[in-house]
Amino acid sequence: MRIQVNGEDRQVTATTVQGLVEELGFDIRKVAVERNLAIVPKSLHAETTLAEGDRIELVQFVGGG
Amino acid sequence: MNAPFAPPAMTATADTWTVAGRTFSSRLIVGTGKYKDYAQNAAAAEAAGAEIVTVAVRRVNLTDPNQPMLVDYVKPDRFTFLPNTAGCFTGEDAVRTLRLAREAGGWDLVKLEVLSNTAHLYPDMIETLRALDLLIRDGFQVMVYCTDDVVMCRRLEEAGAAAIMPAAAPIGSGLGLQNRVNIRLIVEQATVPVLVDAGVGTPSDATLAMELGCDAVLMNTAIAEAKDPILMASAMKHAVIAGREGYLAGRMAKRMYADPSSPLAGLI
Repeated sequence: MRIQVNGEDRQVTATTVQGLVEELGFDIRKVAVERNLAIVPKSLHAETTLAEGDRIELVQFVGGG
Repeated sequence: MNAPFAPPAMTATADTWTVAGRTFSSRLIVGTGKYKDYAQNAAAAEAAGAEIVTVAVRRVNLTDPNQPMLVDYVKPDRFTFLPNTAGCFTGEDAVRTLRLAREAGGWDLVKLEVLSNTAHLYPDMIETLRALDLLIRDGFQVMVYCTDDVVMCRRLEEAGAAAIMPAAAPIGSGLGLQNRVNIRLIVEQATVPVLVDAGVGTPSDATLAMELGCDAVLMNTAIAEAKDPILMASAMKHAVIAGREGYLAGRMAKRMYADPSSPLAGLI
């Protein structure tokens, strides 16, 4: 399906948030996920299904002041 | 004849400070931006003796998931992470950013900064006050980057800020403490910790902030952009300790004229 990840249109095969994080190659312990402006807690990644047109944000901590 | 040996007092209370129920010994908070790499960043944080580091929240790099990550070097089990809202211009942006930070690491102690203008990076204090209220309602403990406006700092405290963090000078400018009168007045009126955040350039700037009675100092560029960041981190550690001890010791009164230190009596 087509979704938006960090502002980019992407075709993905994953059907859940957990599947998406794995498909993109990230360690779930080091990132946080927002789906359509709502936080998806880690405990719900496996059961949260993706829908066509979802807007996903995948963030991490970086250096900052 | 030997004088009786008097052991040093072992019961002296440690000089700590507490913010939002968490107690720290180090009074130097360091940022994690602008370093050559994360390894140098981690070494500087260690050399600074820091217990708290500020961090930013940003999108991951989708094209290279194997890029080095901050948390692999500056480890959250070694330092208290203080997520910031750098780059946010509205209360809603700040809440969204910090909700993601809380999800990423579980921290509710955060640094709020709501910017107004990228030329000077001074905070928009009206929007900062509104964002503070939104964050407190969402369960956050908020340390607030602010201007050195004495009245606005009072308003922040009344609104529930966990700490007041006035800028000494514009972020990243290294110009040093521009208004020591305001910083002193802010310290005197506050019942929550006051930290100088931003604008420190040299160790003496940090010392001055601490001599004025600040509870701690937060800095990033002064260390990261030094020729030798690790050495500067160590210098800043000592500078903060010197300023703190000077504040606790209580400075001498100023006089208008000289007063000799050697006795005038008994001159040959």
